[in-house]
Amino acid sequence: MFAYVGRRLLYSVPVVLIASFLLFWAVRTTFDPLAKLRGGQDQGAIARMTEVLGLDRSIPEQYWRWLTQFVTGDWGVSSRTAGSVHGLILPALGTTLQLIVWGVLAAALIALAVGVYSAVRQYSAGDLAFTGLSYLGVAMPPFWLGLILIQVLAAWPQEILGLADPPLYFVGLHSAQGGGPLDYLRHLVLPVLTLTVGLVASWSRFTRTTMLDALSSEYVRTARAKGVPRGRIVVRHALRTSLGPFVSITAVDAGLLFGGLVVTEQIFAIQGMGRLFLDSLLAGDVFVLVPWTLVIAVVVIVFNLLADIAYAVLDPRVRLR
Amino acid sequence: MTTLTAPAAPAQERTQWQLARRRFLRHRLAVAGLGVLAVLLIGCFGADVIAPYERGVQDLILGPTPPSAAHWFGTDELGRDYLTELLYAGRISLAIGLSVAVLATAMGTALGAAAGFFGGWVDEIIMRVTDLFIVLPAIVVLAVVLQGAGRSPAVIVPVLAAIGWTTVARVVRGQVLSLREKEYVSAATVLGVTRRRIIVRHILPNLTGVIAVSTSLGAASAVIVESTLSFLGYGVQPPESSWGNLLSQAAGLIGTGKVYLLYFPGLFILLTALAINFLGDGLRDAFDPKGGRP
Repeated sequence: MFAYVGRRLLYSVPVVLIASFLLFWAVRTTFDPLAKLRGGQDQGAIARMTEVLGLDRSIPEQYWRWLTQFVTGDWGVSSRTAGSVHGLILPALGTTLQLIVWGVLAAALIALAVGVYSAVRQYSAGDLAFTGLSYLGVAMPPFWLGLILIQVLAAWPQEILGLADPPLYFVGLHSAQGGGPLDYLRHLVLPVLTLTVGLVASWSRFTRTTMLDALSSEYVRTARAKGVPRGRIVVRHALRTSLGPFVSITAVDAGLLFGGLVVTEQIFAIQGMGRLFLDSLLAGDVFVLVPWTLVIAVVVIVFNLLADIAYAVLDPRVRLR
Repeated sequence: MTTLTAPAAPAQERTQWQLARRRFLRHRLAVAGLGVLAVLLIGCFGADVIAPYERGVQDLILGPTPPSAAHWFGTDELGRDYLTELLYAGRISLAIGLSVAVLATAMGTALGAAAGFFGGWVDEIIMRVTDLFIVLPAIVVLAVVLQGAGRSPAVIVPVLAAIGWTTVARVVRGQVLSLREKEYVSAATVLGVTRRRIIVRHILPNLTGVIAVSTSLGAASAVIVESTLSFLGYGVQPPESSWGNLLSQAAGLIGTGKVYLLYFPGLFILLTALAINFLGDGLRDAFDPKGGRP
């Protein structure tokens, strides 16, 4: 297995390098890193910075220079904030990972519960209701959903009940004066809902399909003939086999999740990777955008790798070679 | 003998297309989706005739009013009839959605079929390109390109298509890989049929279902992605308007009395995406030969 992990990581290196080079090239040709200085009259400063950043060289050369510095731990300085890129990306990644962990956890649990229920009670009223909801969830523009949720779950209750604070917050992940776990939870509910409704919709449909397959399989019939209790069949026999494909579909959607994060963080003013990306893009800050892409790409790849390993653990028939 | 075989004859004479059409018409939600989509298309592209008011006529004294008998969807902050604005905005949204879907499907089908049919280095290169888009979040690529290249529909459509084709290509490639191994393709090869003719006559017709489904799903997601881009500031720019762009202008109205301006553009997008998704489901069932007897 270690050989497998090693080889997979090795294979992904060129993909990450090409992706980051393309982005470097795209951003460098569309933005002027010295735009701030050009406003002033200081010709010396422009020449100095051109020299320091190596802007007079070809793009591949600049990329190589940036890359060698990056891998040796020198991530450079943001042209927007003049602070270190390291100090911008790491805290943002921490914030975003909180959203991802809670989001994926919530989405997976709800989707599995809904999917299992829908498969066990196929064509019941509950199943039909969940089917309808999942169609809505997939067709809903994510940011519109976020805005509607703010209106319905925060603005209205506050207005109707005459509260000083909305019952659920919609700015940031913590109150300014701090606060305990409850405060964190009240901040977390709306962004996590916004992030996960689409995922829950498609993952629960997927679980329903795989569960229906499993429930009509021969080993389930055999178990039933042996007199194994129904609940045990659903959990130990059917759900167990459905978990493998479920894990791999969650990994496929990891990229999708990052798209959702950009929107969610923008709506709820959360200072994570999504906000960092938008702010840096608006300022044309190539020194943040390119490392940003690398970090995201690595996270996506690690996510996929973990899913493959989890698949092999869940399904002993799968061998990682 | 002849009297016994005669009744069965008409069923055998049905072409693939007739069978597909029958299966589609039996899918009620898909037919409803098609109907809703038709109404939306007629309403938006026939807005010059259908819209209740003239486009862009302001009534500053009236200002923003909630939905009423005179203005079904209310009026916006400049007193313009919101239904009229929505119909005209729908033109851009629907046009972007449909053209992205057609373009992406055409590219995806061509490249996916090439990858699947020729294999080898062609396959390798095309599949590695699709890998890139798994690692790079689509919205990031979109924003970077649109920031650099401007934000008119003429730029947004090809850029959205340039990302959308990868999904289509993967599906088509998988399908072609399995079709290539079919006996009738081997038979045609042995008979000396040219590769070009095999692709056109034997492979492509079997891809109709996949192509129809991916076009419809692509259109739905393009409408949603365009609105998301508008919200982030990278979509269609005023004075041109799309549903996404109306929605992002109304985003700040939460908790005010004008929040109805936020509901309607979103409902239009939701309705469009729902209708197209149902349509896609119907098409998938219609072209699935295992989909039961019509």
